[in-house]
Amino acid sequence: MKNPSQKNVIERAKTALEKKATYASDIDLSIFNFPEYSEEEQNIEDFPPEIQNIFRATGMEIDEKKRSASFIMVNHSIVYEKINQTFNGQLEIMGISDAIKKYPEILEKYLWKLISPDKDKYTAWAALHECEGYFIRVFKDQKISRPIQSCLLTKDNLAVQNVHNIIVMEEGSSAHIISGCTVHPNVKEGLHLGMTEMYLGEDSNLTFTMIHNWADEFAVRPRTVVDVGKSARFINNYVLTKPAKSIQSYPSILLSGDNSNASSNSIIYGLGDSEIDIGTYIELIGKDSKGEIISRSVAKDNSVVNARGHLHARTNNSFAHLDCRGILMSDDATMYSVPELTATKAPKARLSHEAAIGPIADEEIEYLMSRGLTKDKAISMITNGFLDVKLLELPEQLESYIKKMIEATTEESL
Amino acid sequence: MLKLENISVEVGNKKLLHNINLHIKKGTTHILLGPNGSGKSTLLKTIIGMPKFKITTGSIYFNGIDITDKTLDERARMGIGLMFQNPPAVKGVTLEDLCEAIKNKDHKTPTLSYARALNLTNHIDRNVNDGFSGGEVKRSEVMQIKCQEPKLVLLDEPESGVDLDNIELIGKVIHSIIQSHKAKKEGRSGIIVTHVGYILKYLSATEGHIMTNGRLILHGDPKVLFNDIKKHGFMKKGKRL
Repeated sequence: MKNPSQKNVIERAKTALEKKATYASDIDLSIFNFPEYSEEEQNIEDFPPEIQNIFRATGMEIDEKKRSASFIMVNHSIVYEKINQTFNGQLEIMGISDAIKKYPEILEKYLWKLISPDKDKYTAWAALHECEGYFIRVFKDQKISRPIQSCLLTKDNLAVQNVHNIIVMEEGSSAHIISGCTVHPNVKEGLHLGMTEMYLGEDSNLTFTMIHNWADEFAVRPRTVVDVGKSARFINNYVLTKPAKSIQSYPSILLSGDNSNASSNSIIYGLGDSEIDIGTYIELIGKDSKGEIISRSVAKDNSVVNARGHLHARTNNSFAHLDCRGILMSDDATMYSVPELTATKAPKARLSHEAAIGPIADEEIEYLMSRGLTKDKAISMITNGFLDVKLLELPEQLESYIKKMIEATTEESL
Repeated sequence: MLKLENISVEVGNKKLLHNINLHIKKGTTHILLGPNGSGKSTLLKTIIGMPKFKITTGSIYFNGIDITDKTLDERARMGIGLMFQNPPAVKGVTLEDLCEAIKNKDHKTPTLSYARALNLTNHIDRNVNDGFSGGEVKRSEVMQIKCQEPKLVLLDEPESGVDLDNIELIGKVIHSIIQSHKAKKEGRSGIIVTHVGYILKYLSATEGHIMTNGRLILHGDPKVLFNDIKKHGFMKKGKRL
């Protein structure tokens, strides 16, 4: 889609084209190509088996029986979108370009309204270039009992995928969105820019689960802002079990409504030479808002894992906790845990954090070995248990799938 | 089944065991008595091969094979099992998952039936030993040993921190592991470290050993040794020697 940004957005973006991001290494945007819109629409089951497997690895179900809707984007072409008949009239899912054509007010109401186009060079670039992504709206009071699934695939090497997603949860609605991002096996190097703006209306409930699989030389710069309305609940889950060159993500969750609450959970496996800088910022604005950040990271090989979390209370009686733990499993890996608490003009806010980095205790490994388990098996059991998928509060099937994915990564990396 | 020949052990640079000789025959149960710090737990941990305990002299044979240089997990897979006195909690690993991982392929008894027998049905989906009471920890240990089915069971103070009801339960299950008809037929053996001897109500010991200052100083009928210690204590026993 042609760059949809409004004039003021473009002007602000232009001022930030050279503005480096606060965290992680700087990416040279000039080396990436913008791919052609050459992908044709096709049914999910018509994709070659190896591509179907790539979709599956991001939590996607090919037979869609346990999903309410599906969306697949390859480079910037939307190749598949479907709502399961049972859910017709309860939600809508479409490409952002089609959505803007259908509802021009999106430009005024949602696009670039939460994310600042001049935040850094990545938002600026995204605002000034063509983009595509999904628009998902769950209608008032609709409870979507099965997850909505999406997968954004980068197909060409050295390509940039410029994504802009918008999610609108109307009053009283609830849903679970599984948002997968991945690359074709031919892709070694590339860049994913993902702008996602989510609007949760009063009493709505959204679980947003991201399962990402990248390539060794791939860079990822998502920018996400979520506005959580009165008595609404937002759960953000992030799972990363494959290496990438550099990922820097620091979504902001704004608890603007009274009694709103949010949990942000991440399970991160730092592998190979990956640079991973992931955090969550929760701002407690509405009265009695509550927030929680839980992070479990394992750093292996030469990886660098920065796990951040910032709780910012702007109102009295707000309550939030941050729990950030990591295991460093290599002499050459680095882990940096940064918990931050801020209370601004809110003397009755209660914020707390616990952060820990440490090895797996020899005593625990030896205990399991004394039962006949090999050292590798003992380490993998403890590691898999540490990266506890139950934290994500997922449907049983998806939980079991992610558990297996983590176990497979542990096995491969031993 | 197990033969220790002239075993000396160091931890760090401190010598803890001196020239231990011990022979455990198939189908026998031995008790090991001695004051705190005399080296009883060290001996059990040396037999199973905990890495901290370095053997400086001597050899250990298990079923005729020299296991002195075998690793901890190799010895466990060969058939040596240790019921720890104070096992660590293992966060992230549930008791059920551990039991399933311990069992070999031919082990048909469901973990749940062990959990029922040991009053642990509410604990099997909890992290191993995490927040367990003293009695629950011991029952968790016995449950793991049931799953492991070792030929030689090493019990390190199975009664410590346990109330009498739990001792009865644990005693009966340990009896089934090493002294039931099936266990006898299979020639299972045990070494039990005990201070109070409550466990002996449920198990019959065939031989007793007294240990002081890292040395095995006396061997004999377990009942005689135990009664003697009850009357005179270890020091008197030591002096008389």
